[in-house]
Amino acid sequence: MAINWFKYSAPSAFYGLAGKLVPWFAWSSAILFAIGLYISFFVAPTDATQGEAYRIMFIHVPASILSMFIYLIMAGYAALGLVFNTRLSSMMATALAPTGALFAFISLWSGAMWGKPMWGAWWVWDARLTSELILLFLYFGFIALHASIDDPRRADRAAALLAIVGSVNVPIIYFSVKWWNTLHQGATIKFTGTSMHVAMQQALWLMMLACWCYVIAVTLTRVRSIILERERNTQWVAELEEVRS
Amino acid sequence: MSEFFAMNGYAFYIWGSYGLALLIFIIEIAMVCHKRKITLQQLRLLRDAGEGE
Repeated sequence: MAINWFKYSAPSAFYGLAGKLVPWFAWSSAILFAIGLYISFFVAPTDATQGEAYRIMFIHVPASILSMFIYLIMAGYAALGLVFNTRLSSMMATALAPTGALFAFISLWSGAMWGKPMWGAWWVWDARLTSELILLFLYFGFIALHASIDDPRRADRAAALLAIVGSVNVPIIYFSVKWWNTLHQGATIKFTGTSMHVAMQQALWLMMLACWCYVIAVTLTRVRSIILERERNTQWVAELEEVRS
Repeated sequence: MSEFFAMNGYAFYIWGSYGLALLIFIIEIAMVCHKRKITLQQLRLLRDAGEGE
């Protein structure tokens, strides 16, 4: 049984597949958010040292982790587009950038909202915070560079280089709490296990999954518009039902 | 109920975090849906212009 894995690397095939997947991810996200928020606020116990304020964690940690993961995925797609000249990979990179930037912003914002009551400051020039801020600027740079070049294929290549070079920042964010003395606390969930209460872990994982499903649903919807825009002169776009009607 | 929303004095910080995240999600969803609508509209305009030639 031979499966043609390259079938969906063609924008025309992927457009239809993405359209079918979006509702599934959107509904999964809504359900996971509902359960995740319920556990975050009603099941997870009050923290021994931080009281109720720690509940910011359930949005802060998923948003932060996703902002880094989305960047790596975006840079990966951009690199694929650069090396193999595949149109769809570059479109995916472009579609991921705004969502990644928003998650980096949520991470910084919820971090400030957590920092004020716990550290007494909205912002400090700590290694973790500063490198996350640079991540947000890298997203802005990617979006702005791509938008400033008229020829989309050239824009793809230029923005891809920026994304690849910028990906060096992601391990810096991740390891910043180990490499430097930071005000920001270290990782609580480690590969070797965790000291966290089981309900807190469940809430965290559910919120993370919910965010993933959200990101996939939004990105696929955005990439479908980008595909239509960039393939507008092709026969298959002209023959689409939603275009003909 | 009001005790729940008070969050033991941390209400502003907690609801400020979740509120902004919710706002961002709503705006992003609206923008993505709007972009799809606009793109399809433009494609139809492009097609109609092509037929007129």
